[in-house]
Amino acid sequence: MGKIQQASEPSTALDAHWLRGLLAIQNKTIMRHVISLLIENEAGALSRVSGLFSARGYNIESLTVAPTEDASLSRMTIVTSGSDDVVEQITKQLNKLVEVVKVVDLSESAHIERELMLVKVRATGKDREEMKRMADIFRGRIIDVTDTSYVIELTGNQAKLDSFVGAIDAGLILETVRSGICGVGRGDRVLKV
Amino acid sequence: MVMTGAEIVIRCLQEEKVDYLFGYPGGAVLYIYDELFKQDKVRHVLVRHEQAAIHAADGYARSTEKVGVALVTSGPGATNAVTGIATAFCDSIPMVVISGQVPSAAIGQDAFQEVDTVGITRPCVKHNFLVRDVRDIAPTIKKAFYLAKTGRPGPVLVDIPKDITAQKCEFEYPQTVSIRSYNPVVKGHQGQIKKALQLLLEARRPMIYAGGGVVLGDAADKLTALTRKLGFPCTNTLMGLGGYPATDPQFVGMLGMHGNYEANMGMHYCDVLLAVGARFDDRVIGSPDHFASEPRKIIHIDIDPSSISKRVKVDVPIVGDVGEVLGELLALLEATSERPDQESLGSWWKQIDEWRRRDCLKFTQGEGLIKPQYVIQKLWEVTAGEAFVTSDVGQHQMWAAQYYKFDKPRRWVNSGGLGTMGFGLPAAMGVQLAHPGSPVACVTGEGSIQMNIQELSTCKQFRLPIKVILLNNGYLGMVRQWQELFHGNRYSESYMDALPDFPKLAAAYGHVGIRVDKPGDVEGALREAFKQKNDLVFLDFQVDATENVYPMVQGGKGLTDMILSAEDL
Repeated sequence: MGKIQQASEPSTALDAHWLRGLLAIQNKTIMRHVISLLIENEAGALSRVSGLFSARGYNIESLTVAPTEDASLSRMTIVTSGSDDVVEQITKQLNKLVEVVKVVDLSESAHIERELMLVKVRATGKDREEMKRMADIFRGRIIDVTDTSYVIELTGNQAKLDSFVGAIDAGLILETVRSGICGVGRGDRVLKV
Repeated sequence: MVMTGAEIVIRCLQEEKVDYLFGYPGGAVLYIYDELFKQDKVRHVLVRHEQAAIHAADGYARSTEKVGVALVTSGPGATNAVTGIATAFCDSIPMVVISGQVPSAAIGQDAFQEVDTVGITRPCVKHNFLVRDVRDIAPTIKKAFYLAKTGRPGPVLVDIPKDITAQKCEFEYPQTVSIRSYNPVVKGHQGQIKKALQLLLEARRPMIYAGGGVVLGDAADKLTALTRKLGFPCTNTLMGLGGYPATDPQFVGMLGMHGNYEANMGMHYCDVLLAVGARFDDRVIGSPDHFASEPRKIIHIDIDPSSISKRVKVDVPIVGDVGEVLGELLALLEATSERPDQESLGSWWKQIDEWRRRDCLKFTQGEGLIKPQYVIQKLWEVTAGEAFVTSDVGQHQMWAAQYYKFDKPRRWVNSGGLGTMGFGLPAAMGVQLAHPGSPVACVTGEGSIQMNIQELSTCKQFRLPIKVILLNNGYLGMVRQWQELFHGNRYSESYMDALPDFPKLAAAYGHVGIRVDKPGDVEGALREAFKQKNDLVFLDFQVDATENVYPMVQGGKGLTDMILSAEDL
């Protein structure tokens, strides 16, 4: 702590140099970011956003989009990763798109993330009861049942869904579908026109 | 009044006071061309290739304060236009391109001359539209012009399916336009401007670095007034030339890869840098890490927030119209009696003058071969620095930028960002149409000119008395230079055998063509050419093929790491 205070008043060239180095490291550290935006609900709007990411070499981990209560607007949640510098550019470049109305980086403060996953699993013999038990433990719901399979619906943050997939027998998974993250700011933080 | 879509398109252009429309007809735009035929307010310039239509509209826009407008058909018409659109996009040129599209019902059916024009152009336009209803034509064109010229300007494309141009609706041109998702900042943040002024006043080794934004924002007068009042040195980027008078003693020349020694040194070693409408690109600062190795405070004025802190971290960002912000800075400076420390400013100028004494642009014109630099120097003298100069891309472009001293903005028209060979001649057509009676020179090379040489035909049809200044060295000179310096003299495919006899080719198109191969004839030929007020004159200067552009900063190297002449190698 003392060292940081010292560096904030760079009395010597060495301190200034040290602070610059520290800032440089911070700016280069790659972090996961959840970016949420409102965009005009028009044909081609999604491809403008996805095209921007591919053209500039930005990373997309997931992207979800759907119209909002105001049908003229769509809300998009993009999970990306990059250094502070890169994420600053991503935000600026998104804002520059003519159809983008508002952009926030949700990960800058407290927020909630949720993802929906549907997992189709083989459910026969003793696995049938075990699978039901696991779904209950993870507060999942079985929404389709056949003689040999279940479809389990699970909602949560990425880590919860990952751990469910890790917890069940991989050999029993027939397919998984994940929606990608939806995010919203906690409390008074609202993204609205 | 009820009109067809095609009629509405033309009426919209009339409402926008478009005097020249550059284009090429085809199936999907036949209705629009039919309406064009029935009126005489919007004059159509028929080019010989769609790329040239876009470059001509581009040259028109760059040399005026207006939006360039072009019209092309679907499919190949649109794809031919793409290079031109990307050129305008890279240099932020206000432009509206109208493209025809196959009929609505045929879209997606792999119809004849169908391409996804909106998809293909998406990454190289400021914005684009596909019109799906005849009632949307007028509001869309209104939006297109508004988007093209406001904020950071750029090309906007409007794709109109053929059936829509035949349908009818009531026409009313919207008087105003508002787009909730698009609100470009105009005024700069007051607090930031004050901070910037404080930094400028405390500067001991200041530098003003101004780019194309100053020209596009029509802020040259304000930049000049501020620079003179502060007594600071000023450098321009390739795109910014003319943004500050080149013959002014405070001008240290162009900076960058082929920038002046004093400009690059000053840029690197300054302690306060005022960047105006410029973007620190790779051709300007070389390696960003090397640039960051020297500490300095940076103030950056730009209308586009994404240009700020993109390649270089800045200390005082100011988002706004450069003219507005410079005006505010000037007003604040006039209101205070504080001035920068004259003693340190004096010793900084002493340092700059010492760098200047390296005379980095010196060359010797002997009795033998014509030096390309000499041709440009004479061009500048003969035209008294008053010509509009367009250029193609390569060595000749750099020599034109270095040796033609532009005192006024919008006189230098070149493809800086994309570096499009074939730009010069069609751009000159747009410039000449915008400025009838003014001298217009197209400085080119034998490689570049052949990329759009068919436009000599357009020049004949529209009687455009452009002067083509061909610096003919028989090589793709800039490629040859890099191969000589960095690829062990292996001139892979940079020599063009079987060049045409250019004067005869010009004559075949109905123009005057002259070959010049003696240094003593250069000035006379130029004088004679510019006397021809009605004719295009094609001057084929046979220049020294071994000449290289210096100074030179090798790609990716630091700005101070300059090769000044062949002796440095």
